[in-house]
Amino acid sequence: MLKKKLTYSLNYRKPKAEYDGSDELMICIRYYHKCNKTNKTKIIKKSTGIKCKLSDWNIDWHKTPDRSPVNSTDPDFKKKNKMLKDKVKKFDLIKSLDSPSLNGFSSKLNSKLPPGPIDKKWINYKNSIDLVSPANKRNIDIIVVGTGLAGGSAAATLAELGYNVKAFCFQDSPRRAHSIAAQGGINAAKNYQGDGDSTYRLFYDTVKGGDYRSREENVYRLAEVSANIIDQCVAQGVPFARDYGGLLDNRSFGGVLVSRTFYAKGQTGQQLLLGAYSAMNRQIARGKIKMYNRHEMLDVVLVNGKARGIITRNLVNGKIDRHSAHAVVIASGGYGNVFYLSTNAMGSNVTAAWKAHKRGAFFANPCFTQIHPTCIPVSGDHQSKLTLMSESLRNDGRIWVPKKIEDVNKIREGTLSPTQILEENRDYFLERRYPAFGNLVPRDVASRAAKERCDAGYGVNNTGEAVYLDFASAIIRYGKEQALVNGQDEEDKVIIEKLGKEIIKKKYGNLFQMYEKIVDQNPYETPMMIYPAVHYTMGGIWVDYNLMTTVPGLYAIGEANFSDHGANRLGASALMQGLADGYFVLPYTIGEYLSKDISTGPIPNDTDEFLNAEKESEEKLDFFINNQGTKSVDYFHKKLGKIMWNKCGMARNKKDLELAIKEISNLRNEFYKDLKVTGDKNEFNEELAKAGRVADFLELGELFAKDALKREESCGGHFREEYQTKEGEATRKKEFQFVSAWEYKGEPKNSVLHKEKLDYENIEVKERSYK
Amino acid sequence: MKLKLKIWRQKNSDSKGKIVDYDIDNISPDMSFLEMLDVLNSDLISKNNEPVSFDHDCREGICGSCSLFINGQAHGPDRLVTTCQLHMRKFKDGDTIYIEPFRAKAFPVIKDLVVDRSAFDRIQHAGGYISVNTSGNTQDANSIPVNKEDADLAFDAATCIGCGACVATCKNSSAMLFVGAKVSQYSLLPQGQTEASRRVVNMVSQMDLEGFGNCSNTGACEVECPKGISLDNIARMNRDFIKAKIS
Repeated sequence: MLKKKLTYSLNYRKPKAEYDGSDELMICIRYYHKCNKTNKTKIIKKSTGIKCKLSDWNIDWHKTPDRSPVNSTDPDFKKKNKMLKDKVKKFDLIKSLDSPSLNGFSSKLNSKLPPGPIDKKWINYKNSIDLVSPANKRNIDIIVVGTGLAGGSAAATLAELGYNVKAFCFQDSPRRAHSIAAQGGINAAKNYQGDGDSTYRLFYDTVKGGDYRSREENVYRLAEVSANIIDQCVAQGVPFARDYGGLLDNRSFGGVLVSRTFYAKGQTGQQLLLGAYSAMNRQIARGKIKMYNRHEMLDVVLVNGKARGIITRNLVNGKIDRHSAHAVVIASGGYGNVFYLSTNAMGSNVTAAWKAHKRGAFFANPCFTQIHPTCIPVSGDHQSKLTLMSESLRNDGRIWVPKKIEDVNKIREGTLSPTQILEENRDYFLERRYPAFGNLVPRDVASRAAKERCDAGYGVNNTGEAVYLDFASAIIRYGKEQALVNGQDEEDKVIIEKLGKEIIKKKYGNLFQMYEKIVDQNPYETPMMIYPAVHYTMGGIWVDYNLMTTVPGLYAIGEANFSDHGANRLGASALMQGLADGYFVLPYTIGEYLSKDISTGPIPNDTDEFLNAEKESEEKLDFFINNQGTKSVDYFHKKLGKIMWNKCGMARNKKDLELAIKEISNLRNEFYKDLKVTGDKNEFNEELAKAGRVADFLELGELFAKDALKREESCGGHFREEYQTKEGEATRKKEFQFVSAWEYKGEPKNSVLHKEKLDYENIEVKERSYK
Repeated sequence: MKLKLKIWRQKNSDSKGKIVDYDIDNISPDMSFLEMLDVLNSDLISKNNEPVSFDHDCREGICGSCSLFINGQAHGPDRLVTTCQLHMRKFKDGDTIYIEPFRAKAFPVIKDLVVDRSAFDRIQHAGGYISVNTSGNTQDANSIPVNKEDADLAFDAATCIGCGACVATCKNSSAMLFVGAKVSQYSLLPQGQTEASRRVVNMVSQMDLEGFGNCSNTGACEVECPKGISLDNIARMNRDFIKAKIS
């Protein structure tokens, strides 16, 4: 803990003697604090914005009983003294100053955490946020980039509140954003199952699941609003799965011991996105959202240090436009496609987020990437993307590889089928290593365990990179249950199998069909083959409690920000966070900023700042079109993906990361020298759009590797081979209990690291164990 | 595999298009149809020709971006899949494959195989929502039980991905399956009742305005729908529409 002291002082800019009694000086607050450990005193001086004449200043203010520094000779002395006291009160409450933030931690990162006990913070804060009146809201414009769960729900809610919203997506309709592909479900602490779930438990599971690398306050708020999301979505007509009593059904997901996941078969993301899309449609019909489909954001425009607009390109005709607004919200998703092969959509990209970073928004924890354990393995070089098999499958599927290496060889030769391998010759490695959670360990743990088996030579396909996900025992279990219900023979294998398969089909039908179409094998008869693949990025733009970035007026929500999942995200929590940010958090917290902007008036879009940003974007496009190279965009993207996967993938080490940094930097140079883009600027040109996106991935990739190199510990999705226990479990380090936020300084190699300390007051930081 | 491709090329919405022939070799049966087009495009780029434009994004059959009329069938020969999930193992070595955009008056071509389906968005603006504020201050999600059969039917209708295969397949370019699915989802749920009449009337009139044809009940749309949306949804919409008109 800290010892601290607050004093008032005047801000002298020259020797005291040179001043006259009638000179007005700024009053400052000096904040002394001393760290018990180092015993060093630090002083923060902060201007109060209140001025006082030298003659009215009471030097001995601390001797007066009410401790007021402005003398009664000043006509406004009462007002000024009161204002000063208020400032002190506010200042004292800022938590980032209470923590030893200046002890190696950055003063540029003020997370603006509200005071009070954790379960009251959000409620109290929400009640104290300045409101914008309805009459003023209609004079305020907000830009939302991206229309997935976060962007779509934010655009709809902001418009509903009365702001003028301009929403942008690169797809041909906002309904196609990649949130649509989320399969398994959405978490909410409803405790409908009566299994002991609560806000605190969801909060606890999320912080623990994130390996103690997320901000307590944000996660608690997320857990708090989670129940509202379900109410909201049901009211919107989202057809969640129900039981025969007509009530909502739940399932379990990895890393938790309760059933809190709401779902709509394997299409939960689709149904929730269509819900948000319908809310947008309502506002589009009211004229409160202006929707720009097939538009890509190329840059953020800052005016006097504040985000005031964006530059876009119309993907149909190539037209560049300047859009101004009072605030800009980035909701453009994650950057998993830096790996080329991922479960992200082909168009998912980092450009909006990266452009925000280049304009001053710090980028946090870029190396925290989620590798999802259950994806369909890579089949060949032609592969353009990877397909996820929902985590919900691990409710009923058991993961295994053969125990004997000779069985593995026979499977690869095609002389043995997995169903012929006896039970005792199978290694259910998750159940073996983690008896408490079994097949439902969190994603990072499951992925690493699969990699460990495959690295040891037990991979079950020709590439050696696949394990089995087997439903045979679930089919028998369900079949027996159903036979009992039906009064049929529980020993009749044919009946049991038939009944069991029907139940599995009801639960996971669309996933099984998807698997069969891609792999050409029937998963009801033979176990699925799966392997981990890049799926989600926990890292993203750094935001404070208000979800504002380090650029005033620039916000980041959903997967695009870093805030809630720490070093690993639990299943079914991405949908929860996207909708929480968009429906229930940002629409309130943005008022804190916009309430000070009500008299600004419309923002002109023809100032120098806009024209220069437009020119820069145009020049970049011209460069790509005119570059006389020989290689396609995909060539570079694939090459970058290989470097990322091999050197910054599931396991990382110092040597490889250093190599990766060098290789990516060289590849970037080659890209600018040897890139070829066909077609023209003023037309539909996917190659040109891709070129811009890959250019940004080539910068992000290097920062990613640099971040992974600097984080000398293993935690969550970030596994450094140097930091592991004898059993191969991750070794976390107390001294890395912070958020890495990178400040852009030209090339990624020059980026400056800022640390935000993470304190845990409501959860005991423990070794994360699922055994 | 070696294939002959006959692909619709059109520079932009104002110019005339035509079928252009391409030969392609070394196609693996494990490739998806779009990966086959990726191979063609990288070949075209290396020869300094413009690649073929087509819409695609998630490549797992859910976003509804991909389209393509392949050998006269929306999303190609396989059943219940989108083009991105169609694999080359459905074709034989030496096959000739015709690839065209989804054609309808209401879906103008933007370039090559890319069409403008924003008419679907506008139909939804006309009523594809429940008027409830997004404040979260609604009643508890379990306060209105919903019959499981109805909830499941609503879900089945809601799985429509808005790809437009029904329109492309229909000889009248009708969007009834798409609109029927959306109307049904809400009309099957208690939450959608309040605005049911207004919704169906507004959405149908917007559909007519966009230039989609009428339904003559051939059922081709249901057959080609990658998500298996049932014709029952059209019947339900018609019922709701008549109910709204006479009440």
